[in-house]
Amino acid sequence: MSAKKNKELKSNNFIIAISAVVLGLIAGAILILIIGENPFASFRYLVRGALMSVRRTGTTLAITTTLMLVGLSIAFAFKTGLFNIGASGQILAGGLAATTVAFAVDIPHVPLIFLILLTGFIAGAIWGLIPGLLKAFFNVHEVVSTIMMNWIAYWVVFYFVPAFLKGPSLETESAGLPFEKTLRVSWLTELFDGSNYINVGLIVAIIAVIVIKFIMDKTTLGFELKAVGYNRYGAEYAGIRVNRSVVLSMMIAGGLAGLAGVAYYCGYSGKIQIGILPTQGFDGIAVALLGASSPVGVVFSSFFFGILQAGKGFMSGNTLVPPEIADTIIAVIIYFTATSVMFKNFWDKRFKKINEKRNIVQKDSNSIEEDN
Amino acid sequence: MDYSIEMLHIRKEFPGIVANDDISLQVKKGEIHAILGENGAGKSTLMSILFGLYNADKGEIKINGKKVEINNPNDATAHKIGMVHQHFQLIDTYTVTENIILGKEGSFILNKKDASQKIKDLSDKYGLNIDPDSIIEDITVGMQQRVEILKMLYVDADILIFDEPTAVLTPQEIDDLLDIMKGLKKEGKSIILITHKLNEIKAVADRCTVIRRGKMIDVVDVASTTQSQMASLMVGRPVNFKVDKSEAHPGESILEIKNLNVLNAKKILGVKDFSLTVRAGEIVGIAGVDGNGQSELIEAVTGLRKIESGQVLISSKDITHVPIRERNEAGLGHVPEDRQKRGLVLEYNLKDNFVIKDYYHSPFSKNGILQQPVMKEYGQKIIDTFDVRSGEGLDSLAGKLSGGNQQKAIVGREIIGNPKLLIVVQPTRGLDVGAIEFIHKQIVNHRDAGNAVLLISFELDEIFNLSDRIAVISDGKLMDVVNTSDTDERSVGLMMAGVSSKGDK
Ligand SMILES: Nc1ncnc2c1ncn2[C@@H]1O[C@H](COP(=O)(O)OP(=O)(O)O)[C@@H](O)[C@H]1O
Ligand SMILES: [Mg+2]
Repeated sequence: MSAKKNKELKSNNFIIAISAVVLGLIAGAILILIIGENPFASFRYLVRGALMSVRRTGTTLAITTTLMLVGLSIAFAFKTGLFNIGASGQILAGGLAATTVAFAVDIPHVPLIFLILLTGFIAGAIWGLIPGLLKAFFNVHEVVSTIMMNWIAYWVVFYFVPAFLKGPSLETESAGLPFEKTLRVSWLTELFDGSNYINVGLIVAIIAVIVIKFIMDKTTLGFELKAVGYNRYGAEYAGIRVNRSVVLSMMIAGGLAGLAGVAYYCGYSGKIQIGILPTQGFDGIAVALLGASSPVGVVFSSFFFGILQAGKGFMSGNTLVPPEIADTIIAVIIYFTATSVMFKNFWDKRFKKINEKRNIVQKDSNSIEEDN
Repeated sequence: MDYSIEMLHIRKEFPGIVANDDISLQVKKGEIHAILGENGAGKSTLMSILFGLYNADKGEIKINGKKVEINNPNDATAHKIGMVHQHFQLIDTYTVTENIILGKEGSFILNKKDASQKIKDLSDKYGLNIDPDSIIEDITVGMQQRVEILKMLYVDADILIFDEPTAVLTPQEIDDLLDIMKGLKKEGKSIILITHKLNEIKAVADRCTVIRRGKMIDVVDVASTTQSQMASLMVGRPVNFKVDKSEAHPGESILEIKNLNVLNAKKILGVKDFSLTVRAGEIVGIAGVDGNGQSELIEAVTGLRKIESGQVLISSKDITHVPIRERNEAGLGHVPEDRQKRGLVLEYNLKDNFVIKDYYHSPFSKNGILQQPVMKEYGQKIIDTFDVRSGEGLDSLAGKLSGGNQQKAIVGREIIGNPKLLIVVQPTRGLDVGAIEFIHKQIVNHRDAGNAVLLISFELDEIFNLSDRIAVISDGKLMDVVNTSDTDERSVGLMMAGVSSKGDK
């Protein structure tokens, strides 16, 4: 028997994530059945709505972009022992700062793109810095302080946009950014058959995933941040500056969410609305959970949620299924990923039985060999 | 033969390691049966199987001759098996009674009075001296352990398992516990006692099953077996109890503590005007009853606690207020008191834990990038030199190691960097004689290489075995510093109790 075949089966994050997704879809299917529609047909509309054409795929990827960056932000925070529930505020901060700069600065498109990305990152980082400082020096839990920061961002946007970025018609949103001030570039738009949403944020998100993965796996910085996340007393003993690590983690997490804000407001929508706390900040928690807080996992889970978000309109347009079903599926998946310990136990037991059976079979064959 | 417990041909595997390999254990009714084995030998695993925390891969369990299935602790309780774990399972803010009846059948409020009375009766019967109404956090560790014992007695357990019960106790508390065990035996209970300490086995046990590296080695009659016979059965080779060490040749001062004042957690002075010098080439032991300022003193010197006033120098460099990393760079090595809280990042593997203080400099990292091959080679050297045993070598998570191997990993990490000043706090707590001998030898070697060693231990044996000089601390104050050769346990014991040797008090 080959060594590979004998390798013990073990449950891992991938199997757990798939289990959660399948259960989420089953829950959705049951609801669709109750409504009186065919779940398979409905899901087909859902997927077709997201991926049917190159153009729709572009839109789906644009939605994925924001989710990927937010998910990465939250996953990174998790890995360093922090719960960043303030991504919404950081998205707003990043988006507002970037939009303002985009309006104010007249430079060629490519340098402007770099400038607004940097601006958004810094603004988000500042929005993360404050809870980081509060936690490090006053022991204020980041869940409390980041929620506070969400509302501060909300109200800043509420007054700032009408005062300084007002559009010609609506009171509730900024003027639209002209194409050459957004993250949209013509070659991407053309590549995706004229999609109005796809933008270079996608490339930024993928680069961010790679950079974060590199930092976490290979660098001394990642080593420090994770050590503090796992055991701050042990890290302190070892001479790691725990407070600095906490502040830095929150800043990086905030910066990533800030980039998501740039991708969303300066790429996907091209304008910024008031009176809305972007729900992506919370969807990102689901993305991070389903992706097991790993950067690569976040890529897949954000794409999956991106499909649900992008396709739900098409599904409800063609069936009696309301778009909220997609949200329900997401909610169920969150529920099951959050209780993933359950799956872990389930699969561990399963695999144990299989492994045991294999051992018995193997022993039998061994004893036969011995007999020969 | 009347066995109350029989575990026959038990096998249990963990990834990469066979923790129990065809182990059989037979406990007679009304005996105290010791299980002796090195750290990681598989003792706790075997008991966890008996108590239903793990399922055995193979083998069977019989109680009073009848085969039983024990799949969870409730099954175990139903079969009248009780266990005191290494870490107590008590709720700090509840009373003794509440803790004992927690989760038991019947209504909480209605039974409280009766329960309280029953606990009082049990306590009197076995001489436990427990007040059912006191709050857990107000009583000593020794008393908390008795509450754990009462928990078992309350549900009429007949088979009592103690997993290294004396590891957390002071010498006096240990004596009391051993007496309690004898009392329990007299009432017909069967007791399984896991311990490393041969003198405790000698003191109370009737028979002893010896386990080595997952295999059963022997069952011996305690009365007719000497301690060194048991030790060599356990370790697999003859063991030397006395530390071989030559005369110290102290050189220049390495650690200088001058008039140190440190606040404790209650914000009152825990260390009072404390001065001490440790020179190169000597081991200075700090003797004292737990809680007399030792922790505060060490935390202050190692940078974990703020210093109110006074001065600390390492090799003449003032480190009174410098960050921990700078102290490490000045030549400080520190085996901390709490190995799980401070000493290791349990979720990190051994390889990462070995460089947790050094990852940031060459050769372990270059330009901020970790150098994995160097880390591996370095870690493997520590594992080989210090005999750290684990399932998956460098890739084992630190949290999966047995306590003794965790300690060997920390000691190895701290010594291999050859620090000028090595501070070791309770370096052998919970370790078996083989490992103790080994670690003591390493500490002495470190001294002989011309380094200073400061040792804190609550075990006088260890202090006397290792130290060249003994500093006695009581109530945060230095009582005296004496040459080990000029004193004895009695006079040190008196000073620990606060009675000055100089007769000025
Ligand atoms: N849950 C676990 N997972 C993996 N390995 C374990 C686990 N528990 C114990 N081990 C390993 O099994 C061996 C026996 O451990 P243990 O029974 O705790 O030893 P002892 O109590 O004799 O010190 C050790 O090598 C330990 O690392
Ligand atoms: Mg053990």
